[in-house]
Amino acid sequence: MAKWFETHLPKIVLAPSFIAVLIFVYGFIGWTAWVSLTRSKLMPRYEIDGFIQYDRLFASPRWDTAMNNLYIFGGMFIVISLVLGLILAILLDQQIRVEGAIRTIYLYPMALSMIVTGTAWKWILNPGLGVQAMVQGWGFENFKFDWLVNPDMAIYTVVMAAIWQSSGFVMALFLAGLRSVDTEIIRAAQIDGIPTWRVYTAIIIPSMAPIFLSAFIVLAHLAIKSFDLVIALTGGGPGYATDLPATYMYAMAFSRGDVGQAASSAMIMMLVIFIIVVPYLYSELRAKND
Amino acid sequence: MTDVSATPAAAAASRSQGAGMKTALRWGLYLILGLFAIYYLMPLFVMLTTSLKSLEEIRTGDLVALPREVTFDAWAKAWSGACTGIQCEGVRPYFWNSVLIAVPGVLISTLLGAVNGYVIAQWRFKGANIIFALMLFGCFIPFQVVLLPMARLLGLMGIAGTIPGLVFVHVIYGLGFTTLFFRNYYVTIPQELVKAAKVDGAGFLRIFWSIFLPLSIPIIVVSVIWQFTQIWNDFLFGVSFSSAGTQPVTVALNNIVNSTTGVKEYNVDMAAAIIAALPTLLVYVVAGKYFIRGLTAGSVKG
Repeated sequence: MAKWFETHLPKIVLAPSFIAVLIFVYGFIGWTAWVSLTRSKLMPRYEIDGFIQYDRLFASPRWDTAMNNLYIFGGMFIVISLVLGLILAILLDQQIRVEGAIRTIYLYPMALSMIVTGTAWKWILNPGLGVQAMVQGWGFENFKFDWLVNPDMAIYTVVMAAIWQSSGFVMALFLAGLRSVDTEIIRAAQIDGIPTWRVYTAIIIPSMAPIFLSAFIVLAHLAIKSFDLVIALTGGGPGYATDLPATYMYAMAFSRGDVGQAASSAMIMMLVIFIIVVPYLYSELRAKND
Repeated sequence: MTDVSATPAAAAASRSQGAGMKTALRWGLYLILGLFAIYYLMPLFVMLTTSLKSLEEIRTGDLVALPREVTFDAWAKAWSGACTGIQCEGVRPYFWNSVLIAVPGVLISTLLGAVNGYVIAQWRFKGANIIFALMLFGCFIPFQVVLLPMARLLGLMGIAGTIPGLVFVHVIYGLGFTTLFFRNYYVTIPQELVKAAKVDGAGFLRIFWSIFLPLSIPIIVVSVIWQFTQIWNDFLFGVSFSSAGTQPVTVALNNIVNSTTGVKEYNVDMAAAIIAALPTLLVYVVAGKYFIRGLTAGSVKG
């Protein structure tokens, strides 16, 4: 008995965590998937009734806005963060004397809560006393910058704040990548008289393709899960102009009392993440096992 | 931009272009880097100066101007007097709620992650990799997909809206990350170590306790910092699973800023935001290296 216990102890120790993950990750996903196929309203019901919740979801103008916002926000946030992060990393890789200090400054927003970031940008961008008022105070009476309260432009303020928060992190990823490029190849290219910009575009940047992929995954993941930033910055408004799937789901679950809609919107979020993350995880784990 | 390179050959190339050109490019480079530093620091600067101004000065003055008269009234009010809805106790009680949630949450999830990582990396058995992959995927799910069943379960367990309930949630959904950290760390330790220790008669727990844990200080620091930052900065679980007296500081901050009653006190909002940000900022300043390691773990192949 003691022998059996000793040989199986590793599995016994791992079991509680694994069971917890099975229940609270996979079981709960299953529960949400199930409820998304029912007519649940204020309380969950368990009689399957087809895809009625998804039909309602896709017919809802508010969900339409949320998905459109996700495309705008996600697309701009990912592309600009990648470009800005890469440029900053290349600039910082030129044997800068105070590199450590600059890196610290570029990256600190990542340590902040999105609620703090949202609060700060909400204050900076508020038309009454923020940037607009400041520039008007300098004598440019006609200066207008009211994106925060403009339904057509408010989503771009979310993009601005999100880029501010995350671009330093992308810079850190790329900088680590630049440092790991084989210096022999670079030196050889330079001896051949290839100009520096060509060395970057033809050798260094292509060799960082895996880092582009990692950064993309992390940013896409952040974009889809974005919730706190919108809540703190715009509250989803004006109206629901800056709703994202995450805020839609929350509103349905906790203020509208529409469990069916909450479950089906959560499943769509899950699906989007699944499409992005699974191929990546699969290739990562395979590469590590080889 | 690429001409300003200081790599050896680039330096040689620019030498031929003349030293004056090179100096100008260096200055340009530092200027651009400096401007970006200002861009990243500006919101923090504005928050800080706004929190030190009186409301009167905020209304009449300039967003980026330094305070004419420094006052800490807003800080005092944010800490112990600002209203989060109907209650006006400042962020202080919620700050302590966050501490009470974060400390056990960090410790338990890190300890479990260490044991899990040790088993998966060093006591391989059939199916261990699948278990690891399943746990890893848990890191990536959008938490919206577990909110509804978790709310019901916490209710059934009788810990809905309590601090133990929030600790439980953070431990469960932090496990994937902490296991990942320790597994990736232990997998680099040769398996011969465990074999040799077994020959010497040491058992599973003994090997973990006296050989692996002492080797693990750096990854423990990474895991603790990661989990602390995650739990402290969390808003989604906090707002979904807390009740009036158990809200974490992020939820209280949002309530203060968005409470619609009375005069908008921007200086108090900013002071409250800085107070909510201080613990994680402090961790970042003190242990930035480990913070970055946590961020990049799993996203950059070592």
